[in-house]
Amino acid sequence: MAADSVVLADLVTESIGCDPEACRTHAGQLTVEVGTERLVEACRILRDDARLRFAQLVDLCAVDYLGYGEADWETSESASGAGFSRGVRERRPHGEAQTARRFALVYQLLSHEHNRRMRLRSFAVGDPPRIPSVVDVWPNANWFEREAFDLFGVLFEGHPDLRRILTDYGFIGHPFRKDFPLSGEVEMRYDPEKRRVVYEPVSIEARTLVPRVIRRETGRPLAPGDDNGA
Amino acid sequence: MPEIQNFTLNFGPQHPAAHGVLRLVLEMDGEVIERADPHIGLLHRATEKLAESKPYNQSIGYMDRLDYVSMMCNEHAYVLAMEKLLGLEAPIRAQYIRVMFDEITRILNHLMWLGAHALDIGAMTVFLYAFREREDLLDCYEAVSGARMHATYYRPGGVYRDLPGQMPRYQSSEWRSDADLSRLNEARAGSLLDFIESFTQRFPQRVDEYETLLTDNRIWKQRTVGIGVVEPERAISLGFSGPMLRGSGVEWDLRRKQPYEVYPDVDFDIPVGVNGDCYDRYLVRIEELRQSNWIVSQCVDWLRRNPGPVMTADYKLSPPSREEMKGDMEAMIHHFKLFTEGFCIPEGETYAAVEAPKGEFGIYLVSDGANKPYRLKIRAPGFVHLSAMDEMVRGHMLADVVAVIGTQDIVFGEVDR
Repeated sequence: MAADSVVLADLVTESIGCDPEACRTHAGQLTVEVGTERLVEACRILRDDARLRFAQLVDLCAVDYLGYGEADWETSESASGAGFSRGVRERRPHGEAQTARRFALVYQLLSHEHNRRMRLRSFAVGDPPRIPSVVDVWPNANWFEREAFDLFGVLFEGHPDLRRILTDYGFIGHPFRKDFPLSGEVEMRYDPEKRRVVYEPVSIEARTLVPRVIRRETGRPLAPGDDNGA
Repeated sequence: MPEIQNFTLNFGPQHPAAHGVLRLVLEMDGEVIERADPHIGLLHRATEKLAESKPYNQSIGYMDRLDYVSMMCNEHAYVLAMEKLLGLEAPIRAQYIRVMFDEITRILNHLMWLGAHALDIGAMTVFLYAFREREDLLDCYEAVSGARMHATYYRPGGVYRDLPGQMPRYQSSEWRSDADLSRLNEARAGSLLDFIESFTQRFPQRVDEYETLLTDNRIWKQRTVGIGVVEPERAISLGFSGPMLRGSGVEWDLRRKQPYEVYPDVDFDIPVGVNGDCYDRYLVRIEELRQSNWIVSQCVDWLRRNPGPVMTADYKLSPPSREEMKGDMEAMIHHFKLFTEGFCIPEGETYAAVEAPKGEFGIYLVSDGANKPYRLKIRAPGFVHLSAMDEMVRGHMLADVVAVIGTQDIVFGEVDR
């Protein structure tokens, strides 16, 4: 697989004319990063080039990189100075940390003809984040893009029907963003006086039972041809 | 003459043929569908977000609840994704157990599909027949994991425990006669493998029974032949996988093309359709029942001859035995760490896919080196198939919508996630 992904990386860089630096291989899988301005063009080449023929878009999803690599606990220093409480208060990364490389769109591609997979990544730009739609290249991107819009608030330019898909009718916010709390913003109950269902701010307190920790020692030796992806 | 307008019909979400909570807004011209707009999300539980807030090993149980008729295949994709990032491989016996239970799951799923699909189109009996065999297979689930559906049996590095040497038996009770009891316990005298073997021996005749009821049935053919036809190229560009793709004549099966576990070592054929209609997809799935049964019997044979470990011995990832934990300080620490903090997965990202009964079920996992996933994306085959609903039913009659929902094998647990 590793050798094959090197060959594939060369083919892809040559055909879409991207920087070889933009190709990364991790665990035998190739990831290529392209800018939003070249995204649709690159997708079309990947689909139509006879040596590539990525005719199927297997999956499309958004990733919110706000708070990537941050742990709740740093246990290496001052581990026993004051002791830890069992429950760590949920930290909410602040929305104003709107960096240029916050929302990535990840496209998993599959070529049935050559029996190959690859991954394409592109960072949405601006606030609200925007990225061109690939519905014209792969028709099944339609629902995937609606999902990414619904959950992350990424706007797909040129999408024919960008509506919410998974959340409730009239839902406010984009729940999979890292600054959206796990317990949500509102809760609902039946109000016997008003005789209808009412929405109120959540009353439960968010807490973390298991803190997020990052430990480097449980690494594995990287396979040849691998560099650290992501 | 009054102006004739299209009629908008709301189908579901509480409709017996909606397979859960599908709401379809259908624009109709008389009885012909002009446009179908599926509204999904009524079962959305934000599984992916929940998984981000839990250690890796605590999310395995969520996977069962995605596609709740093919539980272990979902676990398999998640566990494979973790193993890829950890650079870990399960012991060979665990791989055979996984393949065996993947195929048992495929039979479970296809029986559920067959019964529900036939019931939607008007054949009642098949449903009852299919559930008779499902019961035996759910008992196998229960024997290995203790749960009939939500097994949480696959773990990174292997499976939770080895196959039991004794198949659980029915107990006597005042509601059950002795004759019934001995009939029920007839196949359960020996081990789980004996029970599965006896199942694989009687199952092909049962498939013949289903086929007697449906394959040449005139009503069945009138309802399925020529309905929801998808051309092979179109099926690929629409993102189809599994039987939906094979029904259109594309020979594509991840178990063969991108094999995982011990699939290269087992013998089976891939059935492929010709016309790409509901009837061909029915034939493909029926043949898959037989092929899965054949794979299960090969695995039983191998597992009988080859005892061995079913879990990796790396205590950073798998719990030490109870006995060891009581006597050894280091094992105790490992146990404590594993069940409080969990394990960390090195930074990286991967996509792992399995050939689930419904199609390609994939997990895209991004790790930043923590004990919880940074991002987990579940690629559900049903979501992609349902997105093609509009195209598949356009120009068909209202009654055909039910046939197309059935043939897509929609389960809302995975579509809504």
